[in-house]
Amino acid sequence: MSRAEAARGASPLWTLGLFRSELLTTFRRWRTLALLGVLAAVPVLVGVAVRIETGDGSSAGGGGGPAFISQITNNGLFLVFTALAATLPFFLPMAVGVVAGDALAGEANAGTLRYLLVAPAGRTRLLVTKYATVMAFCLVATLVVAVSALVTGALLFPLGDLTTLSGTRIGFAEGLGRALLIALVVAASLTGVAALGLFVSTLTHSGIAAMATTVGLLITVQILDQIPQLHALHPYLFSHHWLSFADLMRDPVYWDDLTRNLGLQALYAAVFGSAAWARFTTKDITA
Amino acid sequence: MAPYESDDTTTAGEVDEPRTGRRRAARYVVPVTVMGVAAATIGLVPAIASSGDPDLPEITAAQLIEKIAKSDVEQLSGTVKITTDLGLPDLGGLESGLMSGAVERGGDDGSSADPSARLTELASGTHTLRIAADGPDRQKVSILENAAEYSLIHNGKDVWGYDSASNEVHHGTVDAGGEHREQQPPTLPKDFAEEALKSVDDTTSVTVDGTAQVAGRDAYKLVVEPRQSGSTVGAISIAVDHETGVPLKFTLTPSSGGSAVVDVGFTKVSFDRPDASTFAFTPPKGAKVTEEGEAEHGREDSGKPERAPKSEEDLAKGLDGLKTLGKGWNTIATFDSGAPGGLPSGDAGGDLGGFVDSLGDRVKGGFGTGTVFSTRLINALVTEDGTVYVGAVTKDALVKAADAGK
Repeated sequence: MSRAEAARGASPLWTLGLFRSELLTTFRRWRTLALLGVLAAVPVLVGVAVRIETGDGSSAGGGGGPAFISQITNNGLFLVFTALAATLPFFLPMAVGVVAGDALAGEANAGTLRYLLVAPAGRTRLLVTKYATVMAFCLVATLVVAVSALVTGALLFPLGDLTTLSGTRIGFAEGLGRALLIALVVAASLTGVAALGLFVSTLTHSGIAAMATTVGLLITVQILDQIPQLHALHPYLFSHHWLSFADLMRDPVYWDDLTRNLGLQALYAAVFGSAAWARFTTKDITA
Repeated sequence: MAPYESDDTTTAGEVDEPRTGRRRAARYVVPVTVMGVAAATIGLVPAIASSGDPDLPEITAAQLIEKIAKSDVEQLSGTVKITTDLGLPDLGGLESGLMSGAVERGGDDGSSADPSARLTELASGTHTLRIAADGPDRQKVSILENAAEYSLIHNGKDVWGYDSASNEVHHGTVDAGGEHREQQPPTLPKDFAEEALKSVDDTTSVTVDGTAQVAGRDAYKLVVEPRQSGSTVGAISIAVDHETGVPLKFTLTPSSGGSAVVDVGFTKVSFDRPDASTFAFTPPKGAKVTEEGEAEHGREDSGKPERAPKSEEDLAKGLDGLKTLGKGWNTIATFDSGAPGGLPSGDAGGDLGGFVDSLGDRVKGGFGTGTVFSTRLINALVTEDGTVYVGAVTKDALVKAADAGK
């Protein structure tokens, strides 16, 4: 720890350097690129499926399927919301779980963690950098889905004014603004999983074990959220308010669940972030 | 993580100073503290927020009822939470199947945006509604659903129902003056309160029970209780805004105890004029629009589902020989269902009888035998000779009434 304390006076630019190199390492991995590729394919798949199904003039969805799907044929922008609603329950958090779970355990597994710590960065700073990298991945993954959906929607369907859930009209520019806001909220919804994954990552030296545990926890929480007898527990499950991003499409916006969601994510980030810190700064790095 | 658990134990032995071990443990205090603070905040903040009943000048029950009657608020908007727990048997898919049959939902001339079908959904479970009103000609009620919303918009002559999940629109027209409104089931605490205050007579005790804060506003609490025993209604509590006299919260608790049967209250309320754009509606591109008249022939077959919430009343009107027994809260309606032999029972009716038995309880009394169907509020007794007794009274009171009727 004395080394870390000595490094405390280092310039903040150095931290950014560490962050930059972490970002490059993460986004240059084939695994990361493959995950992003799968995420980008989801909206294309949904868009093409809706296009084929409604090719004969029938309406899509009819009340079933992911949220907003019945609106896509009228306005391609709705594909952004549908794609996010379709990927948020599983694809997005799974990708985040893989990246977060691998963050520290993967380095330990490959034997590179001790070299990272030889540099005068300090464990706390390394942990913060890792978490920042995972958060950046959350944002990039969400934006990949949103942009891919927007491009697909614009190519396959008309664009224009859109109707909010409440039946009022908003212009296309405002609709785009709300889509961006929704993408940011979705990215923020993933910070809880990211912190959880990072904590799991500090517990083990096996990257695969950390990823599997994180994704396993994600599935367990999603199942618990479906059991009506456990309704007392539901408001504290990190996935419970995920779909509240749709409330941004109400007019006026219904903030109650949105703030509840963001507060819960902040709580998960604080609890598991500090738990990861407590574990990582005290454990012995042997690999 | 289990195999790596040993990391801690082996290193703990190698630690030179016992202090290091303690410092390690101390770090875990941080996440535990964060969790503790969060738990305390979740537990305590609502308690602090709801404590301290507002100080309002004394008022008598009569004055408060007058205040409600005089209240002339026409502009308001807010969020209403409505929870109903009638204790109806859970029919699950059967219920929705019947519903869809009644309005021909999914059929050619049915629409999932039909207001009557959608508003009857409110009869069970918890729903969040958004309400906006500007005078008698412009109102909007929206039922918030998961990533979808059902809006009912009344603007001048037009009544629009819009279901965002299926992108379907239902359009109807009304004469100016809002006759259509009366046909809607109650959604506001005010509607329930007016209904409850109608039944206030000498069999009722009405008291003012202190004050409360509802949706951030200071309110008086009016408690209406039946004086007679035998009613299933335990108490009705109405929170009335001290400035405007608008009922803000309505709670009906059954005499059997437990959670409220009906609990309707504002969670947010504003008495400012809502934005005019709130009531503007044009059917979105590509939406399926159903005009009210188009589905009319379907309606006649299914017993006017447009007035579904009042169907009990219609049914009662249609039946000859409807009599009421008792008075006040213990009023029991009785009529001859014209089916001597009553309902098929387990012995006689085969499978159907068994099903009917599973919904009701067999009772015996001076009148013979019969079947009692209970919910948390309304009980009904069907006797062997086909006479039906219905009321918001206990089983015993129904049996007594049946005995007296013999």
